[in-house]
Amino acid sequence: MSEPTHDNTNLLNTMKAACRDTLRCMQCGVCSGSCPSGRHMAINIRRLVKKAARTVDVLKDEQLWMCTTCYNCQERCPRNIDIVEAVFSLRSIAVHEGIMLPEHGRVSGLLIRHGHAVPIDDERKKQRTELGLDEIPLTVQSCPEGLEEVRTLLKSCGFDRLTGDRDKSNAKTETA
Amino acid sequence: MRGLSLFLGCVIPNRYPGIEMATKLCLAKMDIDCVELKGASCCPAPGLFRSFDRTAWLALAARNIVLSEELGRDILTVCNGCYSTLADANRIMKDDKALREQVNRHLAGIGREFKGSIEIRHIIEYLHRELGPQGIGKHVERPLDIRAAVHYGCHLLKPSRERGLGSFERPEFFDELIESLGATSIDYPDKTECCGAGGGVRSALKEDSLRLAQHKLSRIKEAGVDCIVNACPFCHMQFDLGQEEIRRITGIEYNIPVLHYTQLLGLALGFTPDMLGINLNVIKNNTFVQRIENGQ
Repeated sequence: MSEPTHDNTNLLNTMKAACRDTLRCMQCGVCSGSCPSGRHMAINIRRLVKKAARTVDVLKDEQLWMCTTCYNCQERCPRNIDIVEAVFSLRSIAVHEGIMLPEHGRVSGLLIRHGHAVPIDDERKKQRTELGLDEIPLTVQSCPEGLEEVRTLLKSCGFDRLTGDRDKSNAKTETA
Repeated sequence: MRGLSLFLGCVIPNRYPGIEMATKLCLAKMDIDCVELKGASCCPAPGLFRSFDRTAWLALAARNIVLSEELGRDILTVCNGCYSTLADANRIMKDDKALREQVNRHLAGIGREFKGSIEIRHIIEYLHRELGPQGIGKHVERPLDIRAAVHYGCHLLKPSRERGLGSFERPEFFDELIESLGATSIDYPDKTECCGAGGGVRSALKEDSLRLAQHKLSRIKEAGVDCIVNACPFCHMQFDLGQEEIRRITGIEYNIPVLHYTQLLGLALGFTPDMLGINLNVIKNNTFVQRIENGQ
């Protein structure tokens, strides 16, 4: 199942190029022993590292999204493998293959619409005024030209295509 | 030394504005040259957008950095996530010419250019390096006789070879800043462990992420403290709002006040809990607030 087929050879080559570092792994297990997510969730970072440059199956593995990027594994790896960098690379390849958790698609939509992953809501506007701050923060939220720049950049990088039209379908939940 | 521009990010201005107020009050009172970085966006969040597309992540980070380059000021972050993104992106683009040129082609579309002329600072790192615990101590008007559980948060310390703040295993600089206010920083098991929020885990797998927070909260509760002190609004949210979310799921109540360091500093500089927005937390702890207001 993990052998490359004709269809996924290019994908596997992309993964190999991005995660070449992980081939130095000697499977000592210091990474999974140091992983706080591994104590509370199903993630086994040692196995992810083992699979990183070897099989495209890893892209569909939910464990890939259980890493909090705390860097304990990378700090302690005796082979100096940049494990968190490998996780970032694998996630990005997965996203470019259309694999993204629903909530992450929603947050991406917020970034495109507001320039913020967590935009302002009415409750905080009130709190801000009571504290003596500007009602709307002096970020892109109060700067339409700035927001336009953010959108232009995201479009120029193809980010809007990656997240599809999820930003439009979830407009109602934006202040959750 | 260059002046600073204050980078707010998302969670501070839009969820915990008390931290924004505390930061501004403290910087002004300590006479630190800092202006607001107007028109900035999401950093963008490392756990989410760095995971999705490296170029888009770099390009948005570069725009934020350029806004401060144009002011000739270093960026001051008050959030570990913003620090992680902006410091890493700044270093990556300074070191990798080809990548810098690629990002600059995108930036040219909005009439901007990344030059690599400034540094990214985190308020904890800045206060420790530039003022030091003794320098902070000189500003204290109300010494705080409290026991605090410090939570460094991952991205302030790691990757340690890039941060240059010493070993992540037993760091001390944040503890020293807390003790400079008269407080006692209490040791507890798993002190440097993750709060569970980062890497997009809180946003997509909240119940899983809360198990990490609960583990830390139970260790902190056992140690017996008056409050948790953090350096990051996302860790702050995970511990503050997280306590209520954990109560709903498990029925367990921790009732531990959660303060960003700027709020603790603000108390020591003589500001009231209300001015610092400590009452805006989800976890209201009147005992703690009364202790501060009554001078213990």
